[in-house]
Amino acid sequence: MADAAVTASAPELQAPALLPPRSLLRQLGGDRTALAGLVILVLMYTAALAAPMIAPQDPNEQDVGNRYAPVSFEHPLGTDNLGRDELSRLLYGARVSLFTALGVGVAILAIGIVVGSIAGFAGGFVDGLLMRIVDVLLAFPSLLLALAITGMLGPGLLHLMVGMVAVWWTDYARMMRGLVLSMRERPFVESARAVGLPGRLVASRHVLPNIVGPVIVLGTVQTGRLLLALSALSFLGLGVQPPTSEWGAMLSEGQQYLASAPQLMVYPGIAITLAALGFNLLGDGLRDVLDPTMEH
Amino acid sequence: MASYIARRVAYLIPIWLGITLLAFLISTLAPGDPAQIYFQRTRGRQPTQQELQIVRERFNLDEPVVEQYLSWLSGAVRGDLGVSFTTGKPVLDELLLRFPATLTLAFWATVVTVVVAIPIGILAAIRRNSVLDQVTRAMSMLGASIPSFWLALLLIILFSVKLQWLPASGQQGWESLILPALALGLGDAAVVARLTRSSLLEIINEDYVKTARAKGLSEGRIMIRHILRNGMGAVVTQIGLAFGFLLAYSAIVEVIFVWPGIGRLAVDAIGQRDYTMIQGFVVFAGSIFVLINLAVDLSYMWLDPRVTLSGDKAVAG
Amino acid sequence: MGQASLLEVRDLTVAFESRYGLIQAVNGMSFTLKPGERIGIVGESGSGKSVTAHAITGLQPSNARVSGEARLDGVDLLRASKREMRRVRGERIGMVFQNPLHCLNPAMKIGAQIEEAVLAHTGANKNEARQRALELLDQVGIPSPSRSAQEHPHHFSGGMRQRVMIAIALACSPQIVIADEPTTALDVTIQAQIIDLLAETCEKYGAAVILITHDLGILAGFAERIVVMYAGRVAEQGDVDSIYYRPAHPYTLGLLQSVTRIDEARRDRLVPIAGNPPSPVLLPSGCVFHPRCPYAQTVCSEKVPALERVGGTDHLAACHFADEIGALRAVNTAS
Repeated sequence: MADAAVTASAPELQAPALLPPRSLLRQLGGDRTALAGLVILVLMYTAALAAPMIAPQDPNEQDVGNRYAPVSFEHPLGTDNLGRDELSRLLYGARVSLFTALGVGVAILAIGIVVGSIAGFAGGFVDGLLMRIVDVLLAFPSLLLALAITGMLGPGLLHLMVGMVAVWWTDYARMMRGLVLSMRERPFVESARAVGLPGRLVASRHVLPNIVGPVIVLGTVQTGRLLLALSALSFLGLGVQPPTSEWGAMLSEGQQYLASAPQLMVYPGIAITLAALGFNLLGDGLRDVLDPTMEH
Repeated sequence: MASYIARRVAYLIPIWLGITLLAFLISTLAPGDPAQIYFQRTRGRQPTQQELQIVRERFNLDEPVVEQYLSWLSGAVRGDLGVSFTTGKPVLDELLLRFPATLTLAFWATVVTVVVAIPIGILAAIRRNSVLDQVTRAMSMLGASIPSFWLALLLIILFSVKLQWLPASGQQGWESLILPALALGLGDAAVVARLTRSSLLEIINEDYVKTARAKGLSEGRIMIRHILRNGMGAVVTQIGLAFGFLLAYSAIVEVIFVWPGIGRLAVDAIGQRDYTMIQGFVVFAGSIFVLINLAVDLSYMWLDPRVTLSGDKAVAG
Repeated sequence: MGQASLLEVRDLTVAFESRYGLIQAVNGMSFTLKPGERIGIVGESGSGKSVTAHAITGLQPSNARVSGEARLDGVDLLRASKREMRRVRGERIGMVFQNPLHCLNPAMKIGAQIEEAVLAHTGANKNEARQRALELLDQVGIPSPSRSAQEHPHHFSGGMRQRVMIAIALACSPQIVIADEPTTALDVTIQAQIIDLLAETCEKYGAAVILITHDLGILAGFAERIVVMYAGRVAEQGDVDSIYYRPAHPYTLGLLQSVTRIDEARRDRLVPIAGNPPSPVLLPSGCVFHPRCPYAQTVCSEKVPALERVGGTDHLAACHFADEIGALRAVNTAS
């Protein structure tokens, strides 16, 4: 599942084909915050992919005689309440956390773009109906709704993803619709139409490039939010089930030993924060580069 | 003005109906036969066919889905959200019993947000690009990235386990409120500080601020009467919306601090697969959230006289 | 030079720090203003005229580097403390800005915005300030002042708002009113009304006026003297007649030819000045106007012309061929 998510997500993280990729990269390189975010994310995703190769131990191998072990050569970050290697669990947990967030991010992006474009181009009743649905979903804190849906479906990673996808596509839909509507009114689109360019060409040459920037910016920040929500829901026990490792679930397990082994609370939390920070930094930098008109 | 409010309220009705439909649809997602689950839950044994039939009739489960929704909706409109699958008590009573605790928590978390964020945001805007501004930027970035439940856990480790200053759970007076309010409020503070800064910066470059300077007013007066007065609309909106989200995010913090609010009630209901309770919770939380948004809108109108006009008649150039 | 000067600006230089280095916006600007006098500063956008006004009143942005002097009754404003400048602004120098739609606080009632200026500098109490605001609103031609004072700015048209701005500028009976493109954002029909109002009210208060504009035309019946600015420098200055009838700088000549004039009813054509004003980052060598000047010679690209007296009066021009240009124009009008 993880690998599928990687390939599916490629268009989101790469420079958009419509912009000259080298200049985008160079601009990003000039922006220190964006570069920092990109480096954090690349390192974390690489580590997650390479987990089977670099993890020192089997993440699920229990060693009851060696519980709460301190830092050692064998266990660089110590062991948990069942004597499992903390670093290995973090690395394998990264696969679930990072790629689930990305997978959900790509799914809601796709749904949002489709729904938003339909609403924007169709207008009228279709637009009204779709936007009322969006309004209803936005009348709720997304996290609560995802909690309720997943809770009804029953715990499990797949159910959690379904619950998250069901509520989080609305931002993209609204944004896409707004962009489509505003682009239709822009002078250069009207003049392109007036010159007699076919509609498809107008869309791909003039409308799309102006939409890609804002969507990438939102996508980056949104994926960070998804990661935080995912870890929160996992923490509540709605995500992966034991013994599978995931950052939020690790915190949930460790919470029971909060008083005796507080060190178990440190690393998964840092991992979540760092990954979310990576998305936020990159999003902030991308906003400066891709969308200079946006106030940050 | 009155007509604007009326229109704004009328707009909420379809949204609220949408919320009820959503709540109902969510409850149909549950796997298994709800009647059987209810019987097993309350009696502790497998029901007979006849007993199942009685339960189905009691909860209208044998009716077509549309009629089930309508009869549930007609109850919801009258404030009857059905009875809990686990306790058998009315859902609304349970929610109302727990709601004050959540409200208290969200209120104090908002106080934390406001007290921390607004002064920092103002200072960062005045001293743009200063060290303080840079630190604010970094902190707000970090604040937006730290999961609030992890922050809650860290606070417990520091103040309850290590220092033993404050209780980690329960509801024993104001001491028990401090940690959950901090855990909830600090994350938003980062966002609100940033927003305060950016909306004030926008105002600082406005021509009417230049006019105020040309009048020879003191910087303090310019800040209060001209910059804050115009910039706070966006900030108040953000705080209002943040308050709504606090009600939601408090679910996790309530679980961690064993705080008897509706969030923990909902999480418990999910654990016990108490469908009617989850359904009721969605309607309840949705209604509260919608009302908060309405209040935010109206306060925005009060803060910015131009909005009133656009609601009453056409906008004047 | 019978009267002592009220405001004496000498060698004013303003540069902005930017990522491209220092950008010269105003370079060695000098002029004097006598009490009650009305002068016009004219130039294209980017010529440094607004920057000059901001520098004199201490409203320049924080990245501006200002040097030279601007003496108001002998006190150098460029070296005054922030507190002193706050006293000067509003009390001794009133200002009217370009865009009346954005210059008034949208969240404050009209009356309060005027009262605020009164309260800041006079010992008036709230009631007196309110009376003063109503009086001012009446003087600038706002109908039913007591009702209008209770309105927010968005109920007012652009012209009305500019009247309110004039009332604010005059609130403390200043010695000088600086009006920075006060009519640019207004309808042509309203422009003349506002200029007339400015002239009339300032005369009543005995205030000198600096009217900054890009439109030489509106200065005709208003200003006594005119300063023509180009690329941050004074190109020419003199009394109205000298500038209109004996211009000695090719740029002034160009400006005059691009203006429609009522007193020359039958003009065959308007002649625009060729080219664009130079970028302040990359100023031409020698005379900054030479790339656009139809009379330019080799010397013009090599040597910066000094601002020198033309004829016998206060008429100054910065052109190597000032005398020749003056003669040229005289011939043109004669024919």
